[in-house]
Amino acid sequence: MKVLVAVKRVVDYNVKVRVKADQSGIELANVKMAMNPFDEIAVEEAVRLKEAGIATEVIAVSCGVTACQEQLRTALALGADRAILVETDAAQAAELQSLAVAKLLKAVCDKEQPGLVVLGKQAIDDDANQTGQMLAALLGWPQATFASQVVIADGKATVTREIDGGLETLAIRLPAVVTTDLRLNEPRYATLPNIMKAKKKPMDVLKPAELGVDIAPRLTTLRVVEPAKRQAGVKVADVAELVAKLKNEAKVI
Amino acid sequence: MSILVIAEHDHAALKAATLNTVAAAAQLGAQLGTEIHVLVAGANCAAVAQAAAVLAGVARVKLADAPLYAEQTAENLAALIVANAGGYTHIIGPATTFGKNLLPRVAALLDVAQISEICGIESPDTFIRPIYAGNALATVKSADAVKVITVRTTAFDAVGQGGSAAVENIAAGPDLGLTQLVGRELTKSARPELGAAKVIVSGGRGLASGENFHKLLEPLADKLNAALGASRAAVDAGFVPNDYQVGQTGKIVAPQLYIAIGISGAIQHLAGMKDSKVIVAINKDPDAPIFQVADYGLVGDLFQLVPELTAAL
Ligand SMILES: Cc1cc2nc3c(=O)[nH]c(=O)nc-3n(C[C@H](O)[C@H](O)[C@H](O)COP(=O)(O)OP(=O)(O)OC[C@H]3O[C@@H](n4cnc5c(N)ncnc54)[C@H](O)[C@@H]3O)c2cc1C
Ligand SMILES: Nc1ncnc2c1ncn2[C@@H]1O[C@H](COP(=O)(O)O)[C@@H](O)[C@H]1O
Repeated sequence: MKVLVAVKRVVDYNVKVRVKADQSGIELANVKMAMNPFDEIAVEEAVRLKEAGIATEVIAVSCGVTACQEQLRTALALGADRAILVETDAAQAAELQSLAVAKLLKAVCDKEQPGLVVLGKQAIDDDANQTGQMLAALLGWPQATFASQVVIADGKATVTREIDGGLETLAIRLPAVVTTDLRLNEPRYATLPNIMKAKKKPMDVLKPAELGVDIAPRLTTLRVVEPAKRQAGVKVADVAELVAKLKNEAKVI
Repeated sequence: MSILVIAEHDHAALKAATLNTVAAAAQLGAQLGTEIHVLVAGANCAAVAQAAAVLAGVARVKLADAPLYAEQTAENLAALIVANAGGYTHIIGPATTFGKNLLPRVAALLDVAQISEICGIESPDTFIRPIYAGNALATVKSADAVKVITVRTTAFDAVGQGGSAAVENIAAGPDLGLTQLVGRELTKSARPELGAAKVIVSGGRGLASGENFHKLLEPLADKLNAALGASRAAVDAGFVPNDYQVGQTGKIVAPQLYIAIGISGAIQHLAGMKDSKVIVAINKDPDAPIFQVADYGLVGDLFQLVPELTAAL
């Protein structure tokens, strides 16, 4: 079974983002970019399936600008076998929304016929938490989102999901879509020899038009602003002062 | 045309998040002058339909009561919602794991965008939502005929009662047979629900072990009738179950009082709690970022300060 993994290029999670003065978006010039952390977990899971002899091939897919090749190379260094970039220009990439990505990934799935697609649960830039669910809908496949454990056997996946009340385990028919939560695994680091090897692995570049997908945005961003800043309060000297403040000043206890 | 709210429930009672979702729908309903309908899909869930029918502002409850909705799988629920989507301008659910799992599937089947976790409504097609862990707020305008939306529950005050909607039974959709529930391991607690609690006592890596977490924080939470929360580090280390996690990728909370104990205050954590009314931080590092958002900061060793605080209350 082939496993497809979706990899998004996002602002590194350690970067403190700044809103542009003209309110058109986030300042991205000279900002460190990285693979979405949930996608690192997705790649790791796929590679482990290959190491366990369950996956025959791991294909990493990214949609966006040419520079997404960096994140795809990282996926290859982590153990993916080949990569596909669905390349858009910078203006399109800035407004490449979850529905459009899901449609692009569906077109890739139609060509590649994977038995499993693994995505992150959420991209840490748009915080949308949609693409996997949308892809499953478009394919008519079952979905198991927010996975903290995936076991594949007998043509089905048994997936434990992190839900608001605790954990839920689903058995889903394959092919299926799984999205990763934080505790699914701990991603490995790419070693230097594997980074070198990754340079020789195949990377295909496709255009949305070749896949017959309309990626026009459905949402227009009118403005992006900084939220109201919370004022730092005071340091209290001891427990007695804290309790007094909570009672008399804040009146919350 | 009307607005459809998807009810979250456990077949016996509505989840609190549904009340906040109806509140967001009511704002839209007031702007558009249209009715709010609530869809209740479940198994033996007539009591839930009744509870929805008395919510303020609800004009009609659509009830699909059938065994195939017992497990609340996204596949079967999405099929039902899409089959009943005609006549609605907005389809709205809570931004809980239930809503986040379901609504994008609905949106894709309708070939529309989904607008995630809105925290404000500017007009019936323009919404405000946090991006980048809440470090920015985006105002987005939808060009789709149907707006499929999830609602950040902390941004909308729960509606009360006072309605008297008619309950209409609707036909169940197909059982797609794609998924099967194997089991649920739900955290049992007599404490208030994290999302709805007035006071939250939250612990981080500073607690050092699950044993300490419970030994120190439970008595404090008992005194305050508080829910317990945690940072990702505390969950990853196995101190507490996953559903305690507060943050960008966990739960979003906004209680009257949030007490962060042994939590450094990474942006991913702040994203989940910085809208709390009053924040208290207890941390031995005076430069911990949590102090930048705390109304009251107490610098020192939590192993000494927490028992002292519990005793003082
Ligand atoms: C994709 C992604 C998503 C994430 N999502 C979330 C999320 O949803 N929620 C979340 O919380 N995090 C999230 N994180 C993790 C986040 O970046 C931080 O790593 C995490 O919040 C740190 O947890 P902590 O504050 O408990 O631990 P630490 O940062 O290790 O802080 C521990 C604190 O305890 C204090 N301390 C230690 N001992 C004592 C003592 N005896 N007395 C008093 N104070 C003491 C220390 O001074 C320190 O400030 C996410 C990260 C990523 C990459
Ligand atoms: N442009 C993209 N290219 C590849 N994968 C993506 C892209 N956007 C989203 N994804 C995948 O979908 C997941 C959820 O993203 P989102 O729905 O935007 O929160 C991410 O973790 C990725 O796995």
